[in-house]
Amino acid sequence: MTLKPVVNDPQGLAVTQGLHALGYPEVLGTRVGKHIQLTLTAKDRQGAESRVEEMCRRLLCNGVIEDFHFQVAEAGG
Amino acid sequence: MTWRCGIAVFPGTWSERDCAHWVELAGGEPVMLWHAERELKGADLVILPGGFAHGDYLRTGAIARFAPLMAAVREHALAGGPVLGICNGFQILCEAQLLPGALLRNSCLQFRCQTTHLRVEATRGPFLSGLESGRILTMPISHGEGRYYAPPEQLLELEAHGQVALRYCGPSGELGDEYNPNGSLQHIAGVMNREGNVLGMMPHPERACEPLLGSEDGLHLLRAALALVGAS
Repeated sequence: MTLKPVVNDPQGLAVTQGLHALGYPEVLGTRVGKHIQLTLTAKDRQGAESRVEEMCRRLLCNGVIEDFHFQVAEAGG
Repeated sequence: MTWRCGIAVFPGTWSERDCAHWVELAGGEPVMLWHAERELKGADLVILPGGFAHGDYLRTGAIARFAPLMAAVREHALAGGPVLGICNGFQILCEAQLLPGALLRNSCLQFRCQTTHLRVEATRGPFLSGLESGRILTMPISHGEGRYYAPPEQLLELEAHGQVALRYCGPSGELGDEYNPNGSLQHIAGVMNREGNVLGMMPHPERACEPLLGSEDGLHLLRAALALVGAS
């Protein structure tokens, strides 16, 4: 989850300033986001993807301010 | 007759007792509404107070909107009943999509607890109809996530439909970044729905309700609403 590009991200600006202070002047910008890990059951990958997408739209992400991307992977074992 | 003011209480709400005191000073009868309840116990108007409902987990207000009580609040709001969200209550109303937009981390990245001046922009709806446009109110803020955001096209719509209720301003009503405590777009401190019966605001009117607190301006909002409820 990241703030949409048009939404000002003051946390990202503060991190950029910190990186500059540490000697990384090449950093042009930072966007701070959120990482959520879900463990779930599904018949197949497509089924998992459509359910997760729905979860993102309905709760995990606020579409007014955030964008989301997700990846589905089979759990080991 | 005394008008009943329902005060929603979620796990983590911290301003319900202040709200109850404010309601009593304005001449209403406070009724606490626990989040797990499914009805409003005959409340004429509903207040969603400040705090940190459900620990602000995921996003402020994101979990509170699923509370059983919120279904009753939604029904009340959609039927035209007065609803006021203060601070965290405003965040919950946005997450519940009863109000447009969202509230983001303050641009200064600090929790801000200070007195603010507010300019009344809209004078309709139950809470602001007793005030004149341009009037300056003094109330405190106390929040870390109060930066109002709405997409540009929605912001234009809000302005066009008179939904911007309050703006942060200087002591004489002047607008400027130096008077904007959190980086809100267009200095917005409060918005209402299209119909005007649902109002959300970051400042705390319940903490400006007697001379000891430095301002009594918060009483105007509730007295206007109670007068309207009484007239209807």
